[in-house]
Amino acid sequence: MIAELSGMLDYAFMQRALLGGVAIATMTGLLGVFVVQRGLAFLGDGLAHASFGGIALGALVAYGTSGSGVLSQPLWVALPFTMAAALAIAWVSDRTELSSDTAIGVFFAVSVALGVLFLSRIPPDRNVVDVWHLLFGSILAVGPGDLTIIVVTAAVVVGLLAAAWGRLAYATFDAELAASDGVPVRALDYALFAVAAVAVVVSAQVVGVVLMAAYLVIPAAAARLLAPTLSAMTFGAIAIGVTTTLAGLVASFFADVPSGSAIILLQAAVFLVATVAARR
Amino acid sequence: MSTSPALRLRHVTVRRGDVEILRDIDLDLGERRFLAIIGPNGAGKSTLVKVLLGLVEPDRGEALLFGRPAGSDPVRIGYVPQLKTFDRSFPATALELVVSGLRRAWPGRVSRHEHDVACEALERVGAGRLTDRPLARLSGGELQRAYLARALVRRPDLVILDEPATGVDFLAEHDLNRLLEGYQSDADATVVMVTHDLAAARHHATDVLVLNRVVIGFGPPERALAGDCLERAYGHVGHGHGLVVP
Repeated sequence: MIAELSGMLDYAFMQRALLGGVAIATMTGLLGVFVVQRGLAFLGDGLAHASFGGIALGALVAYGTSGSGVLSQPLWVALPFTMAAALAIAWVSDRTELSSDTAIGVFFAVSVALGVLFLSRIPPDRNVVDVWHLLFGSILAVGPGDLTIIVVTAAVVVGLLAAAWGRLAYATFDAELAASDGVPVRALDYALFAVAAVAVVVSAQVVGVVLMAAYLVIPAAAARLLAPTLSAMTFGAIAIGVTTTLAGLVASFFADVPSGSAIILLQAAVFLVATVAARR
Repeated sequence: MSTSPALRLRHVTVRRGDVEILRDIDLDLGERRFLAIIGPNGAGKSTLVKVLLGLVEPDRGEALLFGRPAGSDPVRIGYVPQLKTFDRSFPATALELVVSGLRRAWPGRVSRHEHDVACEALERVGAGRLTDRPLARLSGGELQRAYLARALVRRPDLVILDEPATGVDFLAEHDLNRLLEGYQSDADATVVMVTHDLAAARHHATDVLVLNRVVIGFGPPERALAGDCLERAYGHVGHGHGLVVP
């Protein structure tokens, strides 16, 4: 078995998948705790779909500029597009009586509609956006360039969230109480949405919208069922995300099943066990 | 000690759209006083608390705490919010809640010093046994004690409580008032408490503010709760002792 595992690690694509998966699981585990505790489970889906609009716009820009320079990569247009959508969602839920989920639903639909509109303006033979890949992705297809972007993004996101963890957690527990203690609650809300947008865009480009949404919610939800404190929930969410990523990739390698499905189903199995354990 | 009053409100007016929640509130409260704020639902009591905490900016006028604009010195203030706003799904222990008051951030890891100080604060409010108990499993009275320990742990000069007795029984409410009086005399602190309990206001407070969007009455309980102040604030007063107001 050890020899087989060692053989698996000889493949460069598998090394990249493992490293990229661990980076995404760590980043989304940390982020997912706030997503779950703030009742924003829809946020991952919403921002991932918003990134679809951004990537489509990026593709249109790349087509319009004949694919030169930084604009040849749709990601660099998708990032500001999705961040703008995230900040708009935060603004609507901050300044109106609508809930975050309602605001997410609005921007979700608008972004997808814009994405389809943008793609329709590109001749099919010049279209660089693979919608199927964007939705379902493949962690096994992470290229060297993707891996660098994922690892750098994860390091920045984890660093920012770790630095603000105490104040973010306080604001998540009780925004009014935190504000009365001088915590800049509103600024942190906007920052959290902006950081989530970056994490979602970069991850969804590689692992797909569906796996991204799972990473953001299932490990944190399972950890919540077992953890007595928020810090334990945070470490639990990261541990569940990383473990299921490694196990899912091994399973997909040996059992020849889609890696994304294997990871999500393993996360779901942990969630099920946590649900049963929490009821005892 | 500063020579400024603990609270100074000048023409404080707060509007929400076209509606005036508070109008022209003028008030001076000296240090080491115990102010009870009473008034019917919708009188603007919680809005006034938010003004004192610096969470709501008045549309007109100013609120000063110890001579400085409200919200500029949160370390000197301990706040006990309404318990009905508490989210029971948040994974936390009573100890972490108290440490959050000490640190003004949520604790990831509690240091030995923080642990000792928080345990002492819980002991002082008679909640020493709650230290490692999840907040979700505390009764209303226990939760109230944990929140009080959180507010008092950094020895604030001003304690602000917004209907802390909502959802707790008479005994817990009595204990709360006793604990507040004890802290006040021990720390030379000022207390501001929004309450619906006129008996508690009469018995424990040195000053009472009768509020219904405007100041209806302000002064020592025997003056503020006398005459037609209550009737003007509430529209009518319950029968019997005139202490229970719907």
